[in-house]
Amino acid sequence: MRAYKPKDNVQAKAYYTDRFYVSPQVPKSPVESDEIFAKDLEAIKANFTVLDAYIQVEQMVVYINPQDNFKVLKLLRDECEYTQLSEMSAIDWLATRGGFEIFYQMLSMNKRKRIRIKMFINKGESVNSVEKLFRSADWSEREMFDMFGIEANGHPFMKRILMPYDWQGFPLLKTYPLQGDEFAAWYEVDKIYGKEARDIIGPELRDSAKVDRYDSERFARLGYEVPKGTVITGNEPKNEENYQEEGGVFMIKKFDKKDSVVVDDPQR
Amino acid sequence: MAQHKVNYTQNGGLPVALTSIDKIVNWGRSNSIWALTYGLACCGIEMMASGASRYDFDRFGTIFRASPRQADVMIVAGTLTKKHAEFIKRLYDQMTEPKWVISMGSCANTGGMFNTYATVQGVDRIIPVDLYLPGCAPRPETLQYGVMLLQKKIRANKASRAQVAKRLM
Repeated sequence: MRAYKPKDNVQAKAYYTDRFYVSPQVPKSPVESDEIFAKDLEAIKANFTVLDAYIQVEQMVVYINPQDNFKVLKLLRDECEYTQLSEMSAIDWLATRGGFEIFYQMLSMNKRKRIRIKMFINKGESVNSVEKLFRSADWSEREMFDMFGIEANGHPFMKRILMPYDWQGFPLLKTYPLQGDEFAAWYEVDKIYGKEARDIIGPELRDSAKVDRYDSERFARLGYEVPKGTVITGNEPKNEENYQEEGGVFMIKKFDKKDSVVVDDPQR
Repeated sequence: MAQHKVNYTQNGGLPVALTSIDKIVNWGRSNSIWALTYGLACCGIEMMASGASRYDFDRFGTIFRASPRQADVMIVAGTLTKKHAEFIKRLYDQMTEPKWVISMGSCANTGGMFNTYATVQGVDRIIPVDLYLPGCAPRPETLQYGVMLLQKKIRANKASRAQVAKRLM
């Protein structure tokens, strides 16, 4: 039998608090252990500086300098048969390393291999756009700009993609609060009604699990409904559930439960 | 005399039913609640199921319209994002009076599970709501019951009274 744990107020307690937990790393193996990857790495090393390279979960990870990203991806696409850019984005390392890690996940259907090209940029720096090489980078780079504020030089339409154009802040930064900053909290009110409406509409209610049966402003107890704002004492009369008014409705036949037939044959 | 002919001997010899203006107007209004198709997320699927043959909204006179100018009720079915908030307000303003709003599902009621920066925490922060339907997502029966309650609400009002436009502020 499982040990009993008291379950009062479990919703208010965070079940996970270690916010900056560093997960254990999957073991890395040297690139020489795979022939195809070793050849690809040689091709990159012939022209560009490689800071680090290893194989992890059967995929090669290569660290390069950020100014080489367009040429490395061009080399991989045209000569090493990595014809697809399946994913690209950034990782926020601002707190520990003062910058972002950008990754490009490449796929070769001929070789059945995946390569991840990684590079590190400092805060405030921009990257070269690879949109001319891979069309998939068009939206990915816009999303990277939207979420992290990293601009891609040479992109044809460097605007936000998910958030509204007039949004302030970059939501995927680790410093951005999940429930939004003050701009986010009042965004729709400010935009539609203006800032003077803040007092009338009021702040957002963020505890969506809150239920208060004595609050008649926001809650109604089924079967014991009272007008909005009534002080609830607990002696409210029961309202019988009915679909029509007592006297019936003009030109509509009164629904009578006693006369209705319940069909219990599922194959009817 | 054939059976199908009007029986002129009842109602004082005339095919007439007497009623009041309120009742006849509210009868018309409550039995032709045309809804604006406003499926924003998964609740939209349940709303579509309510309109389809098994649950059959047409029995209530509820027909989905693609234009706010032809709609009487806006069924907000799904998560309202902050990016979309200005458009829901614009569409609500384009609907003709009298108009009603049903907020369908947890997300439209309170923001639901999306306790984040990008979701409006309840559609009633933008437009006035008449009916809140609980559930994630509510069953089609819930939406049907909601429409029946809305019919009841419409019938309870005086139709002859000058319509006071509902405003959030």
